[in-house]
Parts: sequence; C-alpha cells; structure tokens
Amino acid sequence: MEQTVNKWREYQKEIADDNYFYERSCIRQSFFPGSEAAFLNILRNELGKNIVDDPNTHTCTGIGYHSDVVPFDTTQTVCARLFSLMNDAGLKNYVPSCVTSFGVFTEVVETWKHFPEELEKTRENLRKATGREFEIPENIAHPSDIVYKYRKELKEKMKYQLVNKHTGKPLKVVEHVGCHYGKIFKEKAVGGAEFPQVLAGMITEWGGEVVDYPERRHCCGFGFRNYLVQANRGYSVANTKKKFESMEPYKPDFIVANCPGCAMFMDRWQYTIAELEGKTYGNDGKGIPVLTYEEMAGMLLGYNPWDLGMQLHQVQVESLLDKIGIAYDPADKYVGKSGKFLGEPEKPEVLKV
Amino acid sequence: MKNFGFKISKPRAIDLDSADTSLYKKLVKVVPSLERCIMCGGCTATCSVNNHTEFNLRKCHLLFRRGQLDGLTQELDKCMLCGKCTLVCPRGVNTRAVVMNMRILLGCATYERRVSHAVGK
Repeated sequence: MEQTVNKWREYQKEIADDNYFYERSCIRQSFFPGSEAAFLNILRNELGKNIVDDPNTHTCTGIGYHSDVVPFDTTQTVCARLFSLMNDAGLKNYVPSCVTSFGVFTEVVETWKHFPEELEKTRENLRKATGREFEIPENIAHPSDIVYKYRKELKEKMKYQLVNKHTGKPLKVVEHVGCHYGKIFKEKAVGGAEFPQVLAGMITEWGGEVVDYPERRHCCGFGFRNYLVQANRGYSVANTKKKFESMEPYKPDFIVANCPGCAMFMDRWQYTIAELEGKTYGNDGKGIPVLTYEEMAGMLLGYNPWDLGMQLHQVQVESLLDKIGIAYDPADKYVGKSGKFLGEPEKPEVLKV
Repeated sequence: MKNFGFKISKPRAIDLDSADTSLYKKLVKVVPSLERCIMCGGCTATCSVNNHTEFNLRKCHLLFRRGQLDGLTQELDKCMLCGKCTLVCPRGVNTRAVVMNMRILLGCATYERRVSHAVGK
C-alpha cells in the first residue's frame, strides 16, 4: 500500500497557490465566450485569488506550430515575450487558458532546460525584436489544474451537484482531457498521461460519475493540420465518431473537456456526423452536450447559463439543466449583454435541439 | 445530405470480432501444420516469384486468416507451386499445400483452368 501511495505521488504536479498571470486563448473567446470570464470570476470572487488578465497577451503560435507553418525558433521567441509580460506584472506563476498553449510552454521551457544554447538564442532574438528581457516562470499550470486544486473549496459554494434530480443518481459524465495537457510531458499532468485526474477529480468531487469507456484517451479528432486542410477533415471527424461510438452504449449525460479544440470539435462534429450519416448520439435525436470545465463549475455555482455562453453550443444544454434542476429563463437565451435580442440560429434538420 | 467538401473517412482498423474466419478454419483442417506458423516470413524471403512480383505468401496467409479476401485470388494465382518455401520453413508448414488449398477454398477459376490444361482435361 505504501508503495502504491509513493508511486501515486510521482503522478502529482505542483500547482501554485496564488498570484497568477493569465494568458487568454486565441480561439476560446469565440468558441466559448463565457468560459474565460467565468474562470476569472471563480478565481477572484469565489476563491479570492490574485490573477492578472493582461490585455497585451497574444498567441503562443500553438496552432501554427502544430500545423508546421511556424518554426520552433519563432515559437520560443513569442513565448519569451509572453513571459516578459508576466515579469512586467511582477508575477511568477503562468496560467495559459488553452491546453495547446500549456503544451507549447512546457515544451519550450523543457527545451531550455536541456539545451541552454536555445535559451540564450531566444533571449537574443527577443532582445533584437522587442528590446525586452524575460525570466522563466516558476510555475506553469493550466486553469483546469487550479480548479482541480480548489475543487473542495468550490464544492462548499456550489448550489447544485452533478446529480439527476429526478432519479437522485449521479450524472454519467465523459471527461476528455486534451492531448497536449499530459501526453507531451506526463509529469506536467495531474495523474500523468495514463490516469489524468484533472477532470475526473472535479466530476467525482461534485457528485458525478466518470464514464470509463474504451476510447476514453483517444484524440478528439482536431489534430490541427488534419482539420485545417479541408480534404483531411474526414479523418478528423472519423476520430471523433470513433469516440462517440465507444461512449454511446454508456449513455453519458454530458461531456466535459479542458481543451478548446476538444470541446469545440466534440460539440460541432455532432452536427456534421448527423448531416453526413444521419446519426445522433443523445436521447430522442439530440446530441450529447459538451461543456468546458469552467461552464461545468459555473453552472453548479449557480451562474446564469446564458451568461456562461452555453446558448452558443451546437448541442443545446437545456435537457442537462433540467436534469440537474438549474433554473434558467428561456426568453433570456438569445438576449445579449446590452439587452438587445441577438437573433436565433437556424435549427439543424437532423440533430434535434 | 449537405456537402461539406469532405466525407467521414472509413477506419482501416481490422475488427477481428466481426472477421469471417470460416474459410481459415476449413484451411487448417486440411493443412493442420499451418497452425505452427510463426509469421517469420522465410517463405516470402525465398520465393522466386517474390523476386519479380509483389507476391507475398506471409501477407496472403495473414489476409486469409483475417477473412480479408478481396483480391486474394489474383494474388495467389502468381504462385508457381515450386515448393521452395516448404523447404525453408523452420516450423515444417506445408506451405505448398497451403497455397493450393487457399486457391481451392476461394474457388479460383483460373487455377482450375490451368490444372485442367496441365493434365490435359
């Protein structure tokens, strides 16, 4: 037993307690516009932490880097500039919103550890390009790490649990951890690459039941260049379909992901699969709702689902909200922050909403 | 159906649970030594036909075993039945009989025609 406990310690990572520097994602603000705001709100107002949201942050080059159009020298220099912004804010704990950014930063810092000449070259490149200097962060953690770390504190503040109010049974939740979170450097993930606990820990703590299905660790299908070239998208969607077919028999209530690409593709591809093959994976011709972990936490804390941006999902979430018993105003769904009606999206023919 | 400019790619994974192995079971009944095969590829390495074509007995065996029979008839037709592979097999598999019986089980018409011609029928 002692040996098992010691072994499990190797699968844990250090997550800073406070004073974070937040770097926003390139794509999340359009895919899941309420998630980053919800995370900042949770950290500042629910947990009382200090987190700086610098408007000067920019891309980490992740999408271009993983699509082979941005060279690694450029990536290192761009990451170095982001670190210099963190230094300007007087902080040492870097928190990138996106899982791919997290993977890029850990890769860059690990490279500098093993190849000091690359670090010197990057310092020189940044100096020439911007006149800036930088220091390597003491701690790099993904926001899902921080939510996982404080899951017990958040539970005390939650108004709802991941429990079906009609049956009293835990909701069955599929957790999908982004590949760039733990599959590049396993020691950077809570639970390593084999047993990632980051989302499973939140789900079980908040009353749900994790679905352990055969393709649980399979890629969501994004795959960067597999999606970016239109002719290759059939391969991308085939991967997602493989996951859905594997999880379907377990009848999950919803899917939660910690990566922007995963949440996006597992949500939107359900529409594509429905249109191309007439197949849907939820009840009554509906899909399986896909949430980000911030949406899941915010929903349970009692935030308005429409403030969390959940109306912008492809698969609509009302059935899930009803199962948990979360109150929402249907008339408010497509009303913007300014109070203006934003218009209602067209309803797909096959995938029911 | 909407045109997205792409279709969902079919997986190339082999689903052994749904593979039709009925012919393979018949084959090992006729040539039981085949079950001793360790897939070393000695048969293919020594094959005279393999020197000039892509005929690969190990591959044919594997495809037959998995029930992937498309195109196998034409492939097996390349074998000259010289029997060199039988001489080198470290497990004593009667490889020549394997080829002949795979042809028979697949109902290989060209083979029957050639045999008929050879024996003057």
